[in-house]
Amino acid sequence: MKPFNKAITIATAVMISGAVSSSIVAANPARNAIIKNFATEAGTPLSTERGKALFESKTGGGKPETKSCTACHSASPLKTGQTRAGKLIEPMAVSKSPQRFTDLKKVSKWFRRNCKTVLGRECTPQEKGDFLTFMSSK
Amino acid sequence: MLHIQKLSFLILAVLLIATSVANADERYKPIKDKIVLEECGACHMAFQPGMLPKRSWEKIMNGLPDHFGEDASLEVATKDHIAAYLKDRAADNGLWGGKFMRGIKKNMTPLRITETPHWLREHKGEVRSSAWTSPKVKSKANCLACHKQANRGFYDDD
Repeated sequence: MKPFNKAITIATAVMISGAVSSSIVAANPARNAIIKNFATEAGTPLSTERGKALFESKTGGGKPETKSCTACHSASPLKTGQTRAGKLIEPMAVSKSPQRFTDLKKVSKWFRRNCKTVLGRECTPQEKGDFLTFMSSK
Repeated sequence: MLHIQKLSFLILAVLLIATSVANADERYKPIKDKIVLEECGACHMAFQPGMLPKRSWEKIMNGLPDHFGEDASLEVATKDHIAAYLKDRAADNGLWGGKFMRGIKKNMTPLRITETPHWLREHKGEVRSSAWTSPKVKSKANCLACHKQANRGFYDDD
């Protein structure tokens, strides 16, 4: 192997391993397990599009002040939101907030609270799984 | 005997001055409990317990599924831990009661700190009404918008 070719081979290998390791960082095992569990409970493949629709849905059914997720989380998962009390909320998108959805207790608590507040009911495993799939894609 | 009388008079005078100086400050013991800070502070600043009487904290903590229009429910153990912390340090916990007890009648159980007589008195005429609706402030519950050290219990910066 010529020195030039060798250099290219090494550079390519470095690039590939870099890409692989960064995708491993993005796909957190704890988050994957949480999503997989919702998928199993739902019994159907999860959908990014349905997750997006749920996030943007303004049909409400819960409290009048919070007709949609976007009322507090802002219209874009990439942007900072704000609670009704004025406190800022870190973006929902995993690309912006890598620690999101990695703690099952936290995930369960916030789905329980916010589905009641926004929709007036609990969310189904499919809705939860779709939502997390959407946020992980962002 | 005369000495003791003089001495007790002096002690009394010092105590009186010390209390009146302390009352001039708007300072409250900061919250040190990690669970209280994290749970109460998730949606708004964790307000110091010395700003409401015990009965108010009790009512608030028993009504978390509809907390000012939002479901803020907690697991029982967490809820009980926070309730105990708040009640132990409530405005009416001391022998004389804190500033926030002033004007609160025995049959009153305020649920919002911003509706207590003391809070109203402190903000009356000082804050433009437009300030409350500014997007950066958004709510009267957002102490930190103006009191930059509110989470440390300092409200003297006005």
